[in-house]
Amino acid sequence: MSILIDKNTKVLCQGLGKAGTFHAIQCREYGTQVVGGVVPGKGGTTKEGFPIFNTVAEAVAKTGANATMIFVPPSGAADAIMEAADAGIPVIVAITEGIPVLDMSRAKRFLATKPNIRLIGPNCPGLITPGQCKIGIMPGYIHKPGTIGVISRSGTLTYEAVWQLTNLGLGQSTCVGIGGDPIIGTNQIDVLKMFQDDAGTEAILMMGEIGGTAEEEAAAYIQKYVTKPVAAFIAGQTAPPGKRMGHAGAIISGGMGSAQDKMVALRKAGILVAESPADLGITLQEALKRKKS
Amino acid sequence: MGWSMKIHEYQAKDLLAAEGAKIPAGIIANSPEEAVKAFDHLGGNPVVLKAQVHAGGRGKGRFKDSGKDFGGVKFITKREDIIPIAEVMFKFPLVTLQTGPEGQKVSKILVQSAADISREIYLGMVLDRSEGMPIMMACADGGVDIEEVAHKNPEKLLKMAVSPETGLLPYQARKLAFALGFTPEQVPQAEAIMMALSKVFLAQDASLAEINPLVVTPTGEVLALDAKITFDDNALFRHPHIEHLRDLSEENPSEVRAAKSGLSFVQMSGNIGCLVNGAGLAMSTMDIIKYHGGEPANFLDVGGGANKDQVTEAFRILLSDPNVKAVLVNIFGGIMKCDTIANAILAAYKEVGFHVPLVVRLEGTNVAEGKKILQESGLKIIAAEGLTDAAKKVVAAAK
Repeated sequence: MSILIDKNTKVLCQGLGKAGTFHAIQCREYGTQVVGGVVPGKGGTTKEGFPIFNTVAEAVAKTGANATMIFVPPSGAADAIMEAADAGIPVIVAITEGIPVLDMSRAKRFLATKPNIRLIGPNCPGLITPGQCKIGIMPGYIHKPGTIGVISRSGTLTYEAVWQLTNLGLGQSTCVGIGGDPIIGTNQIDVLKMFQDDAGTEAILMMGEIGGTAEEEAAAYIQKYVTKPVAAFIAGQTAPPGKRMGHAGAIISGGMGSAQDKMVALRKAGILVAESPADLGITLQEALKRKKS
Repeated sequence: MGWSMKIHEYQAKDLLAAEGAKIPAGIIANSPEEAVKAFDHLGGNPVVLKAQVHAGGRGKGRFKDSGKDFGGVKFITKREDIIPIAEVMFKFPLVTLQTGPEGQKVSKILVQSAADISREIYLGMVLDRSEGMPIMMACADGGVDIEEVAHKNPEKLLKMAVSPETGLLPYQARKLAFALGFTPEQVPQAEAIMMALSKVFLAQDASLAEINPLVVTPTGEVLALDAKITFDDNALFRHPHIEHLRDLSEENPSEVRAAKSGLSFVQMSGNIGCLVNGAGLAMSTMDIIKYHGGEPANFLDVGGGANKDQVTEAFRILLSDPNVKAVLVNIFGGIMKCDTIANAILAAYKEVGFHVPLVVRLEGTNVAEGKKILQESGLKIIAAEGLTDAAKKVVAAAK
């Protein structure tokens, strides 16, 4: 079992430049059904074996795609997200980094008018259900099918966490990179709810970082609604206030968003929080043990 | 990239005035003599000399080593006082709570007609991350530290969500203005300033816009006395005239240099340089250094596809910091393979002439090949196994 995507998911790729093409091929090699690409003006051609369409609507009609992976450059990425939503694609994964915040504000309000559409990202590594479907830029081989759900705002830190889990023999149900931007389509609470409802997920590892108050809100949600073991980590314990740490959303501002506040909130909610990023896997293991004892 | 672009107060006021906000009369001076001319031009009435630096806390700041007991905002009534005051402002760096101990050099002074103040109000606009849209915020007590108000008396902070499609609507502005206690004669003036703030924020892709304070004069005039705007870097591509307002002398030179190479860099005060791929892992690397008793000298994210040129430039930036006593490279190879990065590290290591210990931790795709390349290089690179080992080794090396 898994959330959002599985072996039956049919994936489009919007934007087949250098990065988009490379990753579409990587996803296909992992076993993902990549059914085509969208490049306006190149409809009717093929690239690396992918049939190309001019519009998302046409691609959906001809391929039955029910997910899309967006690599469109920042200036046009919000438009690509809205086009996918308008075509009724239920899972939209925006990899693009650097989309203007106000573009995302408008896109998110547009998505709210479309029922049953879920946006993952932007500025995210994507998501993967190990052994079944990979939509994103993560290295597939570090994952292992299993029962741990992973939620993260970051890319390589997720790989680090997944690798620690895999080396402990703890496979993953689905790993979701929700993205490092201030406005994202799916937040921690959305994914927590899906993992709680997923029979194939036994425990959850959540990697947060400085900026905003999403982790504090997630902590309150977990305390109230999540019965499965949860372990967490917050990156940026040493980050100075007022400075953006790489991710557009990773900034302590207005006296809010520090790692310390988030760690306190998570611990108050009874969640095990790793102090060191080297202990992500063993902290989750510890959370599992406590649940069983 | 890594930061939000700031502009000076006079530039922010110009943008707001262009959209109909009323601001006090003011003239920019590049020298003490120009400041005197500005004083005359403004009618010889009392003025305020305002040092133009990006940092906040100017009024309470002091000019370093000047021996003078005034800050970056100085009220002046006599013509003959202008030259000596302005000379100090131009000569000595201004140190405020936000500049750091070295202070910031002043190259422009805003000479502004002094306004009598009967009321001060805070007005700001910012992105509400939970709502996913901008909000206008106002507080009847102006000139205050708004972060403190938000924490201690959140009920005093009025908030109004602003649709990014329509902008602030006039009725929303009126609602705020009446709630702030403006008189019926003042409400239209306050409304005009709020509308201007919303227009600038949305049209120019601001990330923060503040008028603090917005003042009412004894004659009932409503004025934007001070203004601060920062912009979304990711939207600068469509606002070349805003990018033109950038003042590089206000920014950390290493951060500017890093941004040019597509690196995300933040200067810290420790002695362990870090080079990492990915922002989350880069923050975590700083955290684990601290966890094992060290102090990171920087945050540095080389991104997902770092090449030899980027790694070389990153090393140069790290080594140009005299505090750096050891460097940790932490790479989780995904799409970027460990053997590729190992070769880039070797080439960069040789090119920059490394003079401090270098600890390298590689994990991920082709890690065995990567480690072999480093081992066989014959260079004095300390190999680490895992994050904890890497952190312990680099902390020991920096001592």
